[in-house]
Amino acid sequence: MLLILADGRFPSGGHTYSAGVESAVRRGDIFDESSLERYLMARLATTGVTDAAFAARTAALHSTVIGDNELDLLAQLDAEFTARVLSPRQRMVSRQLGRQLARGASSVWPSPLLSAVASLPGGTHQPIVLGAATAAAGGTPFDAATIALHHVATAVSTAAIRLLGLDPIGVASVQACGVHLGAQLLIRDEPGTNVEVWSRSDPAHLPARSGALTEILAEDHGHWDARLFVA
Amino acid sequence: MSPPHEVGPDGHHDHHHRGSRTTHLASGVTVARPLRVGIGGPVGSGKTTLVGSLCTLLRDELSIVVVTNDIFTSEDARALREAEVLPIERITAVETGCCPHTAIRDDIAANLDAVEQLEQMHSPVDLTLVESGGDNLTAIFSRGLVDVQIFVLDTAGGDDVPRKGGPGVASADLLVINKVDLAPYVRADVTRMLLDAAERRDGKPVYPLSLVDPSGATPVAEWLRERLALWGADEHTT
Repeated sequence: MLLILADGRFPSGGHTYSAGVESAVRRGDIFDESSLERYLMARLATTGVTDAAFAARTAALHSTVIGDNELDLLAQLDAEFTARVLSPRQRMVSRQLGRQLARGASSVWPSPLLSAVASLPGGTHQPIVLGAATAAAGGTPFDAATIALHHVATAVSTAAIRLLGLDPIGVASVQACGVHLGAQLLIRDEPGTNVEVWSRSDPAHLPARSGALTEILAEDHGHWDARLFVA
Repeated sequence: MSPPHEVGPDGHHDHHHRGSRTTHLASGVTVARPLRVGIGGPVGSGKTTLVGSLCTLLRDELSIVVVTNDIFTSEDARALREAEVLPIERITAVETGCCPHTAIRDDIAANLDAVEQLEQMHSPVDLTLVESGGDNLTAIFSRGLVDVQIFVLDTAGGDDVPRKGGPGVASADLLVINKVDLAPYVRADVTRMLLDAAERRDGKPVYPLSLVDPSGATPVAEWLRERLALWGADEHTT
């Protein structure tokens, strides 16, 4: 079940998301495999950790019993994630990707938790939906965090291949390095980078890793006349 | 054919709602939805011009919204907005991540999101047009995204294209052979194109068109009216 959710071909619109690569390519920050690797590592260690933490925290909710406490917590997760994304454009895209994932996942794995997530006004952010979808598909918080990082690596790699025509085998090697870093990020016994801690955490205490340039480029990208990717 | 219209508070016509089938929103709510029509075909075949012409011909009798899927977001949407074929808020562009066929066939999530948002925002909608980005002959729309599809070919794109076939030519509900006015200049044999297409399509219709003027799309507008009538009728039989 989780392999279906993790697969980049799962129809949730992921193929239209470059995780900032389209901006970075235009700025000249990514131009070959080594610059791609540098970008991917930075992305995983910043927004990737934040995404993974929110996905893990949501997946720790019971997927079938949804009461007022759970609804309050979901609203809190939504507000806390919003506070961690400064760019209005990036917020909008994050909710759009969340709605798209919710539509597919709630058909394949119907669950009260996914319904609750989808019913939040305007939908909610992609990592929160991913956490709910993982739980609905029978996965753990660790699975949710792993898939969140895998999605970042997939989005970055695929967009780089499409935009720069990089050798796909070389890019697969970059992605493998990303998996190695991702595994470290999820188990390292350092405050704020541990799935066990995230699963029990008050949403306000979840990691708030980001990058100023990530936000600025996302905002800039949203104002381009001609875009190939949504962000 | 249409009933008298009232002008709604937003200045647009309040149309009799013909949409029939329902859609399940992500939130689990089920709502009636309009007929969704896909318009696909190779780059430069005249998809945007056809969409613009259809809007011009049908906007006084139907509530229409349009989603475009250009390779570069907003190129086609901008062309339609500048031509003022519909109020700009009724036209949305989606990004296709360099793969227009993926966005209409393999992973339709971004298109569905745009379609549902537009349909909710302008409810009730009678007709939703989804224009694909220019692509190859194998690109078809997912049945999860549209109810019927039109494939558009360019006479000047080679008169052997209908013979080559492919899923778009063979399976579209309507095949349009556009720019027939150019045939003498490119030495294209339109009669042969029509015959080859008919052979590939098992009796499904093929229309030769010239869209120098929006009225050139009248046969397609009429075909859409028939599809809409069927769409409404199905409501009572299913």
